[in-house]
Amino acid sequence: MNRFEVVRTGASSTESEPVTQKNVSHRGAAANPSAKAMQDKFGAAIKRIEVIWGETVAYVDPASVEQVIRWLHDDPSQRYDFLSDVTAVEYRDSEVPIEVVWHLRSLPYRRFLRIKAQLPKGKPLEIASVYDIYKSADWLERECYDMFGIRFTGHPDLRRLLMWESYKEGYPLRKDFPLRGRFSRSEQLRQALAQNPEARYSMEELTIADAFAELPTDMRERLSKGERTGE
Amino acid sequence: MGLTVPGEHRTVSYAPESQEGWVTTRMDFLVNWARANSLWPMPFGTACCAIEFMATAASDFDLARFGMERMSFSPRQADVLICAGRVPFKLAPIIRRIWQQMPQPKWSISMGACASTGGMFDNYAVVQGIDTIIPVDVYVPGCPPRPEGLLYGIRMLQEKVKNERSADAGTRDEMEPDPKSQLYIPPSVIDELGEPFGNSVHQTRSAP
Repeated sequence: MNRFEVVRTGASSTESEPVTQKNVSHRGAAANPSAKAMQDKFGAAIKRIEVIWGETVAYVDPASVEQVIRWLHDDPSQRYDFLSDVTAVEYRDSEVPIEVVWHLRSLPYRRFLRIKAQLPKGKPLEIASVYDIYKSADWLERECYDMFGIRFTGHPDLRRLLMWESYKEGYPLRKDFPLRGRFSRSEQLRQALAQNPEARYSMEELTIADAFAELPTDMRERLSKGERTGE
Repeated sequence: MGLTVPGEHRTVSYAPESQEGWVTTRMDFLVNWARANSLWPMPFGTACCAIEFMATAASDFDLARFGMERMSFSPRQADVLICAGRVPFKLAPIIRRIWQQMPQPKWSISMGACASTGGMFDNYAVVQGIDTIIPVDVYVPGCPPRPEGLLYGIRMLQEKVKNERSADAGTRDEMEPDPKSQLYIPPSVIDELGEPFGNSVHQTRSAP
């Protein structure tokens, strides 16, 4: 019975009101019930469950992350309907793998779950995209690709999001990236000024916005030949 | 009661033999006076400096006292570009193009530490001073500058405008960037301007 039904029918709610928990221990608090359900369903694909400050972290095998998240989204007993973040963590120690992190929230069950997948260094950083499940993953994965260089396979339009598309210096949030960038200031400025500030629209965006059909004929022709300009 | 016909004494004669209604001045003074007191700013606000800029334009500080009440959001009608806030490299071609779109005569004010030097953002994403992209007339220090500081900078710009001479050749010349590199100052100077100062930690680069 949800809140609206309580208001409509005047019945008393069976669920308790949400309260902020107090005095949560660093480790060892009660795990999210989804964790056990995941382990029962996927077995060895769920490598480890940790509860840190009352938040459940599930370490999942990178090969089955997409499958696990799809199940968490679709299963009526889970209903994780909100993807709040996709990001990555690189640790200072070079042996520790890069972690890709998904923050999932189940609004109907008031649950929060953090999924982590560890990508070992030295191999191509690739993981399946969850764009098919959550449309909000579009820009989150693009940002993660832009900053960490993790390729989300299956993403429809994996381009840089924050840096410009012709940015050549690498992935800024990686530990081997120098804070001031790899090139000298004059070279950075030269490359930045060489970009076309109007080359912002991709064919996909124009099609999605339905603006493409309203463009003048010559511009449509130029764009259909692959020219990337919005003028 | 009723309307009174203006008397003969209120008529001003413009006959050349009459001395009434004539003022003699220098052309430069008149033009500069008009220009300095009707600067239309092109606000290029990217960060917290823009909030102070808005406060300057609002009623307490009242930028309109100096003839700048009309923000020109089109560069084609603007006289002074006020860059308020940090400029990331991704915005560098945009501020360059806005500057090129502004017609002469034009001036620019770099407002705040980030626009002037990059400020605390000595990193891979932020331009180390917009004077590496466009010419700057007045730098306003502060993080962000108080509205009084911006007003002082604007008065300084007005002083500069009032001291211009139309006889000076080249004042209105458009600065053309080097066609190959799109830079208008030598790369070594840009590198020097981009060097950290103060207590910033020096850092080696892995590629030139």
